[in-house]
Amino acid sequence: MVDSATSFRRPASVSFDHLETFHGGLKLTGHRELTAARPILPAGVPPLLTIPLQQHIGTAAECLVQPGDAVYKGQLIARQVGKISAAVHASSSGTVIAVEERPVPHPSGLRAPCIVLETDGLDRYRDTRPAALDYTRMPADELCDHIRGAGIVGLGGAGFPTHVKLGCSTDGIEMLLINAVECEPYIACDNRLMQERAAEVIEGVRVLQHAVRPQNCIIAIEDGMPEAETALRTVLAANNETGITITRVPEIYPSGGERQLIKILTGREVPSQGFPADIGIICQNVGTAAAVYNAVIRQQPLLSRIVTVTGEGVLRPQNFETLVGTPVSHLIACAGGYTQDVERLLIGGPMMGYAVSDDHIPVTKTMNCILAVTRKEMPAPPPAQPCIRCGKCTEVCPAELLPQQLYWYAHSNNLDAAQDYSLFDCIECGCCAYVCPSHIPLVQYYRHAKAEIWAREKRTLASDLARQRHEARLSRLDRIKQEREARMARKKQALTGDDGSSELKKATIQAALERVKRKKELAATAPKNVDNLTAEQQQLIAAADKRRQQKNKDNSTG
Amino acid sequence: MEFKTYSSPHLPASDSVPAMMQRVLLALLPGTAYICCIFGWGSLINILLASLSALAAEAIVLMLRKRPVTTLLDGSALLTGVLLALALPPLVPWWIPVIGSLFAIVIAKQLYGGLGYNPFNPAMAGYVVLLISFPLELSLWPVPGAGLSLSDTLVHVFGAGLSADQTLDTLTMATPMDDIKMRLGLSQTLSEMRDSSLFGSFAGAQWEWINLWFMIGGLWLLQMRVIQWQIPAGMLGGLALIAFVFYAINPDIYTSPLFQLFSGAAMLGAFFIATDPVSACTTPRGRLYYGMGIGLLTYLIRTWGGYPEGIAFAVLLMNMAAPTIDHYTRPRVFGHK
Repeated sequence: MVDSATSFRRPASVSFDHLETFHGGLKLTGHRELTAARPILPAGVPPLLTIPLQQHIGTAAECLVQPGDAVYKGQLIARQVGKISAAVHASSSGTVIAVEERPVPHPSGLRAPCIVLETDGLDRYRDTRPAALDYTRMPADELCDHIRGAGIVGLGGAGFPTHVKLGCSTDGIEMLLINAVECEPYIACDNRLMQERAAEVIEGVRVLQHAVRPQNCIIAIEDGMPEAETALRTVLAANNETGITITRVPEIYPSGGERQLIKILTGREVPSQGFPADIGIICQNVGTAAAVYNAVIRQQPLLSRIVTVTGEGVLRPQNFETLVGTPVSHLIACAGGYTQDVERLLIGGPMMGYAVSDDHIPVTKTMNCILAVTRKEMPAPPPAQPCIRCGKCTEVCPAELLPQQLYWYAHSNNLDAAQDYSLFDCIECGCCAYVCPSHIPLVQYYRHAKAEIWAREKRTLASDLARQRHEARLSRLDRIKQEREARMARKKQALTGDDGSSELKKATIQAALERVKRKKELAATAPKNVDNLTAEQQQLIAAADKRRQQKNKDNSTG
Repeated sequence: MEFKTYSSPHLPASDSVPAMMQRVLLALLPGTAYICCIFGWGSLINILLASLSALAAEAIVLMLRKRPVTTLLDGSALLTGVLLALALPPLVPWWIPVIGSLFAIVIAKQLYGGLGYNPFNPAMAGYVVLLISFPLELSLWPVPGAGLSLSDTLVHVFGAGLSADQTLDTLTMATPMDDIKMRLGLSQTLSEMRDSSLFGSFAGAQWEWINLWFMIGGLWLLQMRVIQWQIPAGMLGGLALIAFVFYAINPDIYTSPLFQLFSGAAMLGAFFIATDPVSACTTPRGRLYYGMGIGLLTYLIRTWGGYPEGIAFAVLLMNMAAPTIDHYTRPRVFGHK
């Protein structure tokens, strides 16, 4: 039987009366018990840290160090480039040994520029930590700048630079929404974070409140996290904090998706291709709030995050406080290593995460979960059968798409029709593929179609540019030709002359000659500036006149 | 260590086509069992013949098309055979279900590309071919409870004729719907027919129970979420609505909505035939319209058409309209105005 959310029965004791629902979704079994009840352990300082320059949405950071440079913990080693970008810091002290392309966490096994750091094991800052900022006295933009300097990005998974979200919140933000809905099975890092560091989370939320100044602030927490909820509520009660509300939302995947969560809480829909800020909402992950706390109160940039290492493929599933750049293999070792029958290694959750072929990749700011699974846990997908248009996918799609039609068009490479059926509103949550009785890897088709369309647009752009260049060149050549022709015509005209104007020319020349003649006569007969002259000057003039007359006489005779 | 990489989502799928088909077959059981009870061995033989020939035809075409024959195991061919057999009268020569199945599988399904690509409901396409080609054979329904023995039935089905004391005339009768139409043609009113054995407790004699059992199976399918409510609700709603309008105008010549809903193949059609997802509409709203279209057309054909039962034609006609309906009933996408 399909375990669809539309058949989801809410427990009678819990009231969600004031909440809305989103279309579709799935009720998935948690598997969080593997790690949710165990404390967060430090993963330690590995001998090598590989820190990618791009760990966020936007432009990659620009490297500021060279091989051989010694760096201390928290040092800025790559700076933000452009608006949508984030700074990167050394997560521990040591020596830069390389700045080169290394495999990074990516579904395709991509290699990307990384700073490779050999740690010295001292994990040392440059100097003593500065005192906590009194953020309550800081203007919002200064606070936002400080958060930007800490290189904080959304820790929920997408990695959108936090300062960009905060920056667009100059005014009119109605709600600051803290997302503590960890809706994918297996993942428990936010759950543990709230249980163990509730005070830090709440303080971080207060900082965000100060930066955004929203009318209200809600922490949305999942129904299945009573311990975390209690911890947060205890802190709120202890501080008499009334500006922050905690709301429990039903455990339906993907209720932790930003758009779905906003729909649940407000009934409003974020416009397609738009942002929550468009409807006056700013959404931040609960882990991001804790990172903001670290940046502002501890004055420490984003150097580490909590990673859930779980699945039946590791011996001791656990949440680890992990330095950014730590190899996944190191974390696996921390979790006791692989079991005998491990078969798949996933980065992220089992619904939206991606499989990687080996564990020699670093932990990034956005990596919330490492999931090693066995064949028994997640058997290889059976071969796909033809779509029978049963419509189960439509029933569960939270974006209210028609996945079967999208598949049809993506499959037949009819990309225009796929776009017409709102392909780009697909959030790739995987609900459709999960319920598909024909086992069609639907999400893969959608991703492929999206990539094709992007490639096509790039090509169109390139060809547009080429056409523009070509047209510009043609018009330039044309202009040059016309100019040359005009010049030639003028020259020709000058050479051949024009009979109509010869009389005029003669008259002009005549006039000029006469003017010269008159001037000469005048010069010969009437000397100028001859008033009030001294006797000496008179003599000089007389001598000059004499010489001129002599000269004229010589000229006329010679 | 080299790990296997598959595309997300990684959780194992929650359902499969064979499992869905199995559930549909299971849901057919109560109605099928009841039909076999009242009409005897004939229905069972029909089911066997139709499903075996459907499976054989599917296997042969798959081989010819160089497709894996294991595709057979998806259960769709079996279901087509069973649905076709359930639509046939119990006492037909053996070649009737065989021809119907062959047409349904080879022409209506595989020639279009097999499961998932057929524009028409294969079982209904096969049935309509039989109805048009062999109207006589398809109109003979046995007297309920006539109880022909297995050997007699086999002898009849495989063409050796009936034993001397049994003729087709004594064994068969018109279905209530058929009979009413005929009598209405003779200017009888429904109230005049009221006392005849045509009517059962609330609809046609015996047929009301057949329909009830199919409805129970169908409701179970709904509950198991194998089918969605739109098509059955649309079809039964559409049928009841138009029947009510005419019944309200003149109850003497138009049968009641209840009679319409529990006669002929109404419940089988609403829950098992019209819901064939491949040839039906796929948008939620479209499915509602699609079902309503089938309901309305069924009534029109039943009441004024040349055939006693209109569901097969109604389904095929709406199959043609399905892509257009889908086009105009696209749901609003999240975040769009």
